[in-house]
Amino acid sequence: MSENQPATVPAGSIPEGTGLPPTNRDVSASAVRSRRAPRFQLGLGHSLGLIIALVLLVVIGVVTSGERFVGLSNIMVILEQTAVIGVVSIGVTFVITSGGIDLSVGSVMGLATVWASTLATQTMAENSHWIVMVFTALAVGTAAGLVNGILVAYGKVVSFIATLAMLVAARGLAEIISERRTQIVAVEGYLDFFRGDILGVPVIVWIFVLVAVGGWVLLARTTFGRRTIAVGGNPEAARLAGIKVQRHTMLVFTLSGLTAGIGAVMMLARTTAGSSTHGYLLELDAIAAVVVGGTLLIGGRGTIVGTVLGVLVFAVLTNIFIQNNLSISTQALAKGAIIVLAVLLQQRFAARARSS
Amino acid sequence: MVTADPAPSLLQMHGIVKHFPGAKALDGVDLDIRAGEVHCLLGQNGAGKSTLIKTLAGAHRPDRGEILWQGEPVTIDSPQKALELGVATMYQELDVVDGLSVAENIYLGHELANGGFLRRGEAHERTRELLRRLGHPEISPSREVGRLSAAGKQIVSMARALSRDAKVIVMDEPSAVLDPEEVANLFRVVRSLSAEGVAIIYISHRLEEIRQIGDRITVLKDGRTVATGLAVADTPTAKLIPLMTGRDVEMNFGGAGSGATSGEPVLGVDGLTLAGVFSDVSFTVRPGEIVGLAGLVGAGRSEILETLYGARHATAGTVKVNGKPLRRGSVPAAVDAGVGLAPEERKSQGLLLDEPVFRNITLSTFARFARGGFLDERAERAAAEEQIGALQLAPADPRRVIRTLSGGNQQKAMLARWLVHGCTVLLLDEPTRGVDVGARAEIYTLIRRLAAEGAAIVVVSSEIEEVLGLADHVLVIADGQVVHSGPADQIDEHRVLDLVMEGTHA
Repeated sequence: MSENQPATVPAGSIPEGTGLPPTNRDVSASAVRSRRAPRFQLGLGHSLGLIIALVLLVVIGVVTSGERFVGLSNIMVILEQTAVIGVVSIGVTFVITSGGIDLSVGSVMGLATVWASTLATQTMAENSHWIVMVFTALAVGTAAGLVNGILVAYGKVVSFIATLAMLVAARGLAEIISERRTQIVAVEGYLDFFRGDILGVPVIVWIFVLVAVGGWVLLARTTFGRRTIAVGGNPEAARLAGIKVQRHTMLVFTLSGLTAGIGAVMMLARTTAGSSTHGYLLELDAIAAVVVGGTLLIGGRGTIVGTVLGVLVFAVLTNIFIQNNLSISTQALAKGAIIVLAVLLQQRFAARARSS
Repeated sequence: MVTADPAPSLLQMHGIVKHFPGAKALDGVDLDIRAGEVHCLLGQNGAGKSTLIKTLAGAHRPDRGEILWQGEPVTIDSPQKALELGVATMYQELDVVDGLSVAENIYLGHELANGGFLRRGEAHERTRELLRRLGHPEISPSREVGRLSAAGKQIVSMARALSRDAKVIVMDEPSAVLDPEEVANLFRVVRSLSAEGVAIIYISHRLEEIRQIGDRITVLKDGRTVATGLAVADTPTAKLIPLMTGRDVEMNFGGAGSGATSGEPVLGVDGLTLAGVFSDVSFTVRPGEIVGLAGLVGAGRSEILETLYGARHATAGTVKVNGKPLRRGSVPAAVDAGVGLAPEERKSQGLLLDEPVFRNITLSTFARFARGGFLDERAERAAAEEQIGALQLAPADPRRVIRTLSGGNQQKAMLARWLVHGCTVLLLDEPTRGVDVGARAEIYTLIRRLAAEGAAIVVVSSEIEEVLGLADHVLVIADGQVVHSGPADQIDEHRVLDLVMEGTHA
């Protein structure tokens, strides 16, 4: 401050046009340039705790199960198991970053599998291409997300309540449509494609990779992402800056519905069946992965890299337990501990990354 | 209560040092508080006042230094400890719980109870007594605090300090949310407390207030005490400001009317009404003109700005920009037409506090720096850097998290946002609230300059002097009505006050 010009400049001495005398601009601009940080950054500093946790888990895996654990086939198994929850968590990351919560993703996914598989088994659809199933699942997910979004943005229903209602209602609708039966998908083209490999990697893993990369770009590099962060960080400031907060909130929930629909497409392929029980409690795993990943539950800060790491940590943990024939109950216990540990580590590293 | 010793030192702080990650907030502060005095703490934003009072309140622990309470060394390591000693703090961001009643707020943390059961009757009785002492018997102890005005909340905050039998009460900018009448009442209370032997540490940016109420002054700069124990009566203002700023500043609004007002009005407001708040407000602003809205807190000034900006839905009337009417109740429509608002509550209404400066500057324009939805952050930063340079925003680092900037520089970032946007109409609501004396002059110069460059500006301020000093044309608002409209050089402060008072009593 003390290097600045005297604070009172007579109005008459100000040059015509838009700037101040050029000296000020030169000084500050060069000072800034010398301090410029690298342009491309994934924000790994904030995710250091998770990376350490993941490495630790891998070490434990290698120690307890040796080659079986690090084998290529086991790695693919882990990735396949991550794919569905991973895709759904990407959508949930957006909702949480925007300051909301989406509890309905699991049951919306279940509903989408039922709707699409019903279509596949009905006579009217027998002659249509399997791509219709894909679009049905995506449309059902997106529509459910849109309803959530309208309720939250325009109906002013708290997102916890609106999506809780959707959780219950979507499950109910799925049970009505399927008459509580599991509906086998026998459409060969569909299974051939989605259960196949490309370059030795399962198609559904590719889908996860595409959605994750797309999500990262969308959040970090687009106007949509910037609006999401602004709406979650300070909705009033966003509104007064001219951002259409309600419309954006609606779009974010719709996006989460869409990723639940993509999850449904993958789930149908993995299990070869549509069922109203698909995605049971998936929302809690998704929220856990997002929050463990470092996205702020109150909104305003989100990380797709963190979410992917969070999902991987849980998948590796599950895999280690399965490899060692440990019970589901011990697994749940360990999961709880991991959530707390990861968040504690996360806070420490995030504070350090901020202050440096 | 503390008695007649001529100058007993109640509280002393020596060589207080406090580091935060990446910054030294306090770097050797000395303070000496005597019983029964009003001790004013002066310093620019960022000088360390807030950190100092938080240290005193037990919210921060000093890294080094010594605190003596009545001559005995003490450690204040928690807010409870501070309260036990008798130090109560009224924070600037009023720390009351909106959902609780007045009495519940006052006894929060030291509830009157028998074995866990609240003695509500007694709490209400004592609350009534405290409020009477503070000159506000009309506030009901059972009233929900969220329904009180900012001034009312402050009374509650003060009653809470009294309920603790505090020997030292720290008041952080207590007058910022008060209108002149309320300030007079505040001073009355402060005087009666000091007569009872309570020491007051009084923080304010308004030097004239310090002249009225203060006994001694301590000046902080860059985390250090640069002067302590100055007697108010013997210290001219001309001596204080250089101490705070390290340079000479004249309180100057940047010269008389710019004279550049010409051409067709950019902004035309006609019969604007918001039912129950204000009605039939009409005025025009030409390029280069500054129109000021004066009036008491709660008269409807901020609401007028927010309504013409579309943040509130007008009940009647039109707002035209360059002759075209704006859609009612639509902020995007106003922004598209080139209207920008720097809101009253910068932190809660204007900024993303944990985001970098440049993203705050481009908050309403970032879509412009995108191709097909993809942001070009380099272009965003370049645009922000240009304004940072032009507005002399410090530190000149677009990546700095905006929370760490002083109030004056945050305000500059708000202005920069609308300059990047290319706004032709700027609505400034309390542009110098929470801005220290040195930076105020800079903000005034800036506002003048923007007008000289052709912007149409509307300024709202609680400080009548500020409105009269800045504006070409003044509207006086009382109870939601325009009670006067005319050139600024044909009205003085006393006349404005008269109008404002008549209006509220009508």
